[in-house]
Amino acid sequence: MVGVTVAVVQFGGSNCDRDAVRALEHLGVEAERVWHEDGLPADTEGIVLPGGFSYGDYLRAGAMAARAPVMTEVREAAADGVPVIGVCNGAQIGAESGLVPGAFTTNASARFQCEPVRLRVERADTPWTAAYDEGDVIEVPIAHGEGRFEIGEDAHADLVADDRVLFRYCDADGNVTDAANPNGSTDNVAGVIGERETVAVLMPHPERATLPDLGRSTDGAGILKAFA
Amino acid sequence: MTAYTATVTVRLKRGVLDPEAETTQQALERLGFELSDLRSADRFEVDLDAADADEAADRADEMAERLLANPTIHDYDVAVAER
Repeated sequence: MVGVTVAVVQFGGSNCDRDAVRALEHLGVEAERVWHEDGLPADTEGIVLPGGFSYGDYLRAGAMAARAPVMTEVREAAADGVPVIGVCNGAQIGAESGLVPGAFTTNASARFQCEPVRLRVERADTPWTAAYDEGDVIEVPIAHGEGRFEIGEDAHADLVADDRVLFRYCDADGNVTDAANPNGSTDNVAGVIGERETVAVLMPHPERATLPDLGRSTDGAGILKAFA
Repeated sequence: MTAYTATVTVRLKRGVLDPEAETTQQALERLGFELSDLRSADRFEVDLDAADADEAADRADEMAERLLANPTIHDYDVAVAER
């Protein structure tokens, strides 16, 4: 594992790990998949918890992976300031493991939803959003059945007061509306940061909106540039 | 040590949307059943040996806290019976 800088942690059932590596390499970032049982390489300078269906979403999406031993290492690295991002299932794992507050649960539609969505950048002063301006609208796809952000009233008030909402679902003009909320998330929350700005999770897939050949948007590249 | 079964019931907190229960209710109504509401819950039956019922309940409670339930969205209760 010589030369690994960004570790893309692969659990049984992860399926966006290769996509994340490809997207990062496109941005000039050295990245490698790391099987969770092997632990984090010593020279890990960044961590991606990729999307997928780890452990078949048993119990709750992300619940099993969040209790895997590697997550203790991830939490320690996060506390030390190593950048950590959780995408989709990685966001669910991050919430289940306490890296961020709240929970991601069944979409209000009760359906799996795979579609492009628009996100309003709520903070531009984090490593994940330094490529944008606050209020920018970016297009990134979602692909999830359990992406509805839930958080208790008090915890939500704290989240907002502490300015830890990173992205909200919005319309093309940046308006945060019910119609633009794909999954019934509380307060249209699509992504949040942890206790440190270097830790973030989001349900949309920036790695699917990075490679120019893949589709209609490369807006997600700015998020992954945090590792560059 | 006594053999116990601890039954842990995990349900969504009141007020938390339950799309699966709503869909299930709609399916029942399509079948012609009349009902006012439907709630779903997960039930875990944990067989364990403990010195007494309180210890068995405490251990099951910790299992719920740390894995079986997600305190952000769930309430749970524990019932212990000798097995």
